[in-house]
Amino acid sequence: MADIATHDIDHATDNATDHATGHGHHSSTGLSNNKLAMWLFLGSECLLFGGLISTYMLYRGRVQNGPHPSQIYDIPFTSVSSFVLLMSSLTMVLAVSSAQRKDDTKTNLWLLITALLGATFIGGQVYEFTAFYREGLGFTTSLFGSSFYSLTGFHGVHVSIGVIMLLSLMGIIKKGKITGDKAEVVELIGLYWHFVDIVWIIIFTLVYLIPS
Amino acid sequence: MSTNELTLTPSQSPSLVNNKLSLSPSQALGAVRRPVNTNGWRAWLFTVDHKKIGIMYGVVAFTFFIVGGVEALLIRLQLALPDGRILSADKYNQMFTMHGTTMIFLFAMPTAAAFANYFLPLQIGARDVAFPRLNALSFWLFIAGGLILNASWFLGGAADGGWFMYAPNSGPVFSPSNGVDFWILGLQIAGIASLIGSINLIVTVLNMRAPGMTLMKMPVFTWMILVVQFLLVFSLPVITVALVLLMFQRSYGATFFDVSQGADPLLWQHLFWIFGHPEVYVLILPGFGIISEVLPTFSRKPLFGYPFVVFSGASIGLVGFGVWAHHMFASGLGPVSVAVFSMATMAIAIPTGVKIFNWILTMWGGKIWYSAAMKFAIGLVVLFTIGGLSGVTHAVAPSDTQQTDTYYIVAHFHYVLFGGMVFGLFSGFYYWWPKVFGKLLNEKLGSWNFWLMVIGMNLTFGPMHILGLQGQPRRMYIWTEARAGEGFFNFGFWNLVSSIGSFVLAVGVLFFIINVIKTSRNPERAPLDPWDARTLEWLTTSPPKVHNFDRVPVVHHLDEFFHRKYEEDEANHSMKSIAIGEDLIRAEEDAADADIHLPGPSYWPLLLAIGVAVLGLGVVYGTPIMVVGALVVLFASFGWVLEPSVPEAIDFDSPSHDGHTKEIAPLG
Repeated sequence: MADIATHDIDHATDNATDHATGHGHHSSTGLSNNKLAMWLFLGSECLLFGGLISTYMLYRGRVQNGPHPSQIYDIPFTSVSSFVLLMSSLTMVLAVSSAQRKDDTKTNLWLLITALLGATFIGGQVYEFTAFYREGLGFTTSLFGSSFYSLTGFHGVHVSIGVIMLLSLMGIIKKGKITGDKAEVVELIGLYWHFVDIVWIIIFTLVYLIPS
Repeated sequence: MSTNELTLTPSQSPSLVNNKLSLSPSQALGAVRRPVNTNGWRAWLFTVDHKKIGIMYGVVAFTFFIVGGVEALLIRLQLALPDGRILSADKYNQMFTMHGTTMIFLFAMPTAAAFANYFLPLQIGARDVAFPRLNALSFWLFIAGGLILNASWFLGGAADGGWFMYAPNSGPVFSPSNGVDFWILGLQIAGIASLIGSINLIVTVLNMRAPGMTLMKMPVFTWMILVVQFLLVFSLPVITVALVLLMFQRSYGATFFDVSQGADPLLWQHLFWIFGHPEVYVLILPGFGIISEVLPTFSRKPLFGYPFVVFSGASIGLVGFGVWAHHMFASGLGPVSVAVFSMATMAIAIPTGVKIFNWILTMWGGKIWYSAAMKFAIGLVVLFTIGGLSGVTHAVAPSDTQQTDTYYIVAHFHYVLFGGMVFGLFSGFYYWWPKVFGKLLNEKLGSWNFWLMVIGMNLTFGPMHILGLQGQPRRMYIWTEARAGEGFFNFGFWNLVSSIGSFVLAVGVLFFIINVIKTSRNPERAPLDPWDARTLEWLTTSPPKVHNFDRVPVVHHLDEFFHRKYEEDEANHSMKSIAIGEDLIRAEEDAADADIHLPGPSYWPLLLAIGVAVLGLGVVYGTPIMVVGALVVLFASFGWVLEPSVPEAIDFDSPSHDGHTKEIAPLG
C-alpha cells in the first residue's frame, strides 16, 4: 500500500511539472474530465439502445394486419445510406486529425463534409419512413411498427443532434469562442459521432439483415 | 441558511473581482451578463457551488419527505379501522403510488445526492465537482421533475398504478387520468437529473482526488457513492426506455403494452426491474457509506476490514444487476429462470452479511460514544439485519410466491429502506450537521428523535409481517370486520397497532424538525472537530470556505485527518495524540494557497431546466408548448456553450492543484 501511495504522489508531481511546461492538466486517471464524462455518457447510451433493440427483437414478428418486415425493407437502399453514414466516421477522423494539427480550415471542411453525410443519412431515413408509411406501416399499425419507428427514430434523433453539434462547432471555431483545448472538443463530438455510427451497424445487422 | 456565514477570504476575492472585470456582456450570448457577484437569493439560484447545491438538495428533499410522510399517515388512517372512510378507493390508489414515488425519487435519492454533493468533494480533497454547472442543472431538473410529479394532484389526479406502474395496467385503457402522464414526465426529467449527476460525480471521484489519495485510501462513504453512481449510469437508461415506450403508447397511440395487439405484458416488468433492482442498492448504499464513517468515529477505532467493506459494496452493486427477476417470481418465468435468479439473490446476502459483521467488529472493543449519530447508525445495523433476513425469505422462490403482493413484502422493504436507508441518512444529519452549519444539533432531542423513530418504526412495520403472512394483500384500500379473523393474529388489532406506530414515528420526525429549529436559534458555535473525526472533510472550517481547502491536502493514509492527529506508540501499540484538529485547521489557513479560482455562477442551468420542464409538459398539453420548451432549451444550450467557463486571463492556479476546480468549455 505504501508503495502505491508514493507512486501516486510522484505521479502527481509529474503532472504538476507537465503543467509548468504547458502540457495538459492533472487528473488522477490521466483522462481529461470532459473525455471521461463523454465515455460514461456513451456507456449509458449503450443501455438505452440495448433496451430499444431488445424491444424491437421481441416484437419484430408481431405484425397484426400490417406489413411484415420482409415485405417492406429495401435492403440495397438502406445499405447505401448505411455506407454513407460509415463514411462520415472516416471524415470525422480526418476532422479530429486536422484539429490536432491546428489546421482550422481543414477542420472546418471535414466537419462540414461529416455533417453533410450525416444529413444525407437522415434524408434517406425520412425517405424510407415515408415509403414504409405509404406501404401501410404506421407508428400505431402493429407492435412491429411501433418498435421499428421507435428504435430507428431514436437513432435518427441522435444523428440529427450530432449534425447540429457539428454545425454549431464549425460556427464556434470560426468565431474563436473555444477557450479550452479545441482539438479535444472536436474529438469529444467525434466520440459521440462514432458511437452513433457503431449503434447503426448493430441496428442495420439486427433489424435489416437478419430475417425474422 | 448559512449564506451569511460563508465569507470570502482575501485569497479568493481577487479572482472573483477579476472574473467580473474580464467578462464583457457580449461574451455571454450578447444579451445577459454573467451573475458573478451575487448575493441574497440570487446567490442560491445561480450558484454552482457544490455545497450550496448540496444544502438545497437537502432542504427540498426533506420537504418531499414530509409530503410523502403525510401521504403515508393518510394510508395508515384509512387502514386503522375496518371500513375506512378517509380516502376513496381512487384517492387511496393515488396515495400509495405517490407515497412510494415521492419517498424513493424525491426524498431518498436527492437526500443521498445532498450528502454526496456536499461531502464527496470535501472527502477527496477537491474544491468542487468536475462540472459545477452540470451539477446545478441536475438540481434544477430534479426540482422540475418533483414539481411535475406533484402538480398532477391539482391537474386531474395523481398517478394511481403503484410505484412500479406495471403496464398494461398503466396504459390508457386502465389508467385514463393524465396522472400517469405526469408521473412518466416527472420521472423522466428526474432521471435525466440523476444521470447527469452520476456522470459528474464519477468523474469527480476518478479524476479529482487530492494528491496521494489512491482509491483504497478513499473514505467508505465516497466509495459507496461511487458505486451508486455507476449503478445509476447503467440502470437509468433502461427505465428511460420503459418510460418512453409507455409515453409513446399513452400520448401517441403506439402499441407496446397493448395485449390485444399481441404485446407481451412482461416487457414492462423486465425493463422496470432491470432498473428497479439496482435502484434498491442506489437507495441503501449511501446509508451504508454514512454509517461506515460514523461507526469508526464513535467507536474510536478504525473501520474493521476496510477493503472487505469496500469490495462488498462494489460486489453488491455488481450482482445487483443480475437479480431483477426475483421481483417477478409470481409471473410465470419458468423453473430455470426462477432457479438462477433465486440463487443470485441469495448470493447478495453474502457481501451484505460481510458488511454487517464488519460494522459489528468495528464496534467490538471500542470506546463507544452513544451520540445521536451513533444511535442511528446502530439502529441501521439492527433494523437492516431484520429486513435483510425477511429479504432472504423472498429469495426462496416457493416462499416468495406465497408472499408476493402481501403486507409481508411491505414489511420487508420498509425495514430495509426505513430501518436501513432513512436511519443512515439521519445518522448523517447528526454527524455532519456541525460541518455544514457550524452548530451541533441538540443531543437530548436527538435521543428522543431516535427512540421515538425506533419504536414507531417497529410498531408500524413489525405487525405488517403478521398481516402479510395472514394474507392481507398489499394495496387493498379497505378491510372488513367479517374477514379480519379472530384471536391473536386478527387483522383488526395489528392494523390498529401499525397505524398508531406510524404516528409515533411521525412524532419522532417532528422532534428532528424541532431540533433543527432550536439549533438554528442557538448562537453557540460547534467546535471545529466535535467528534474527533477521521476523514478529510474535517480538515477545514465549519462551514467550509467557498473554496473548501486553503491548501489542497496531500494524503498519506486512509483516515488522513486521524493520522495527522494521532500516531502509534511503538511501546504499547496504542495511539497517542500528536496534534489537535483545530490547530491543524489553523495551520492549513496559515499555509493557504495564494490564488484560487472558482467557477463563476451561471443563469443557464436554471433556464435549461425550465426549458426541459416546459418541453415535457408539451407532451400533455400539446405541440405548441413543446416547441416553446424546445426553443428555450436550444437558447439555453447555446448560452451555456458560449459562456466562457473560466477565462484564461484569470487562470491563477498554482500548478500543484491545477485542474481541481477547472471547468473546460463547452461541456461543463
